[in-house]
Amino acid sequence: MPRVAEQTLEVRADFPIFARRFDGRELIYLDSGATSQKPQVVIDALADHLQNHNANVHRGVYALAQEADAAYDEARSGVAAFVGASAQTTIFTKNVTEAINLIAYSWGRANVGADDVVLITQMEHHANIVPWQVLCRERGATLRYLEVDERGELSLEELDVELERGDVRLVAFAHVSNVLGTINPVAEMTERIRAAGAVSLVDGAQAVPQMPVDVEALGADFYAWTGHKALGPTGVGVLHGRRELLEAMEPFLTGGDMISSVDFQSATWNELPYKFEAGTPPIAEAVGLGAAVTYLSGLGMENVRAHERALTAYMLERLAEVPGLRVVGPPEAERRGALTSFTLDGIHPHDVAELADRGGVCIRAGHHCAQPLMRCLGVGATARASLGVYNRASDIDALVGALMAGREIFGL
Amino acid sequence: MDDLYRDYILEHYKRPKNFGELDPHDLEALEHNPLCGDELGVHIRVRDERIEDLRFHGHGCAISQAAASIASEELKGMSLKDVGELDADWMIDLLGIPVSATRRKCALLNLKAVRGAVTGDSAWPT
Repeated sequence: MPRVAEQTLEVRADFPIFARRFDGRELIYLDSGATSQKPQVVIDALADHLQNHNANVHRGVYALAQEADAAYDEARSGVAAFVGASAQTTIFTKNVTEAINLIAYSWGRANVGADDVVLITQMEHHANIVPWQVLCRERGATLRYLEVDERGELSLEELDVELERGDVRLVAFAHVSNVLGTINPVAEMTERIRAAGAVSLVDGAQAVPQMPVDVEALGADFYAWTGHKALGPTGVGVLHGRRELLEAMEPFLTGGDMISSVDFQSATWNELPYKFEAGTPPIAEAVGLGAAVTYLSGLGMENVRAHERALTAYMLERLAEVPGLRVVGPPEAERRGALTSFTLDGIHPHDVAELADRGGVCIRAGHHCAQPLMRCLGVGATARASLGVYNRASDIDALVGALMAGREIFGL
Repeated sequence: MDDLYRDYILEHYKRPKNFGELDPHDLEALEHNPLCGDELGVHIRVRDERIEDLRFHGHGCAISQAAASIASEELKGMSLKDVGELDADWMIDLLGIPVSATRRKCALLNLKAVRGAVTGDSAWPT
């Protein structure tokens, strides 16, 4: 009999969607890796901003416009402080995809040449693959991959070997893999990357919602994450960058707000972070994200991590009871983020997700935007259960029950 | 009895008809479902403007594999002209189960491949 998880957080009541019933049943949501549910405080902050403080930013002299400015600035400060970054080097983007494209375009086009290498890993999301493919094709550079070993981890020795070649300009990698769950040794990697004279970019989409992250301590030159996986609204992502790099870079998108002055033939750029925020930014969304990180700070990110690590340990223990089920990625909860991908013999992952839904459990199935990794794993797809602060041990019990019932439907 | 995973669907999934490769073949196509990465290929042998024989290969869910298996039996002997006119309803009716919007592409992947091989038009069947 598996031990009951040491669940430390009891916050389900803060999330109004869990009051809704689906065919009379409560929501069992194990897809927070795709997007998190939203606490009432975030919904209220969004609504309050739109209802009471709405004006465009950086343009108005009237009192309402100044309120909007203050709210947007405060959101930026809060979001930056949440991950130990400076507000001036914290840029609001649409999502992580846009943040990575920004780096590939503005930094990559100025710094990656024909004989250079961009190094990524086999565990990357398409958002951290395709922009580099496009950049390398355009510049005649080479895209190389760090391998994922049979445990689902990267090798620092292999990184050393790659860096010793002397032609690596940038290394881009996930903090936490969105398929394997692997937590990569970011600080050890960025130290080596910097020592080799290369630049590091970390995709923190799956890390920031789950664990304490200090971008300064991690030593990443660029670090990107997204609001909607961290209890915030969709439409707002975050890019932190090292000041010297951001200052030396040309803008990504150009237009309003990002300029200092414009004449008929040319323009000069606004200061950081506005240089990289062309057009009206996601104001209400940023305010909502500000409320989300305030809420998470109130819980304490150490507590969030402890809660999700305990539930992940319980998940691994319970899934091991299902015959024919194989988990991908590191076997120890300690080395994993709060998501677990698996295959089930005799049932395709799409059918696994459909059968879970029969039990009222929301999980994801597919290639998780990581087709190269799927090829390394030798599978076309996996099913993935991912956790949030609101999950309980009983959600995992429901998943296991649904998988067992599904095996019966399939005559296994 | 499950609405979707009926016995005959699971039977076709576990023991699909006409699964594999066919050599030599006259027509072929390989299709992917971009949502899930599933892959389905067809090999078709033609005689007198009709499908004389066919095989499908690849990997996919119960719905896509059962659809390919069930359709393969109907497609044998069908004229190429008639194959070109098959639509989504033909496949869904043949499958005989309620297919949700999210699983529709699973059900239609095989017909997309077969029509693509025969007519060169690899659009999703409507």
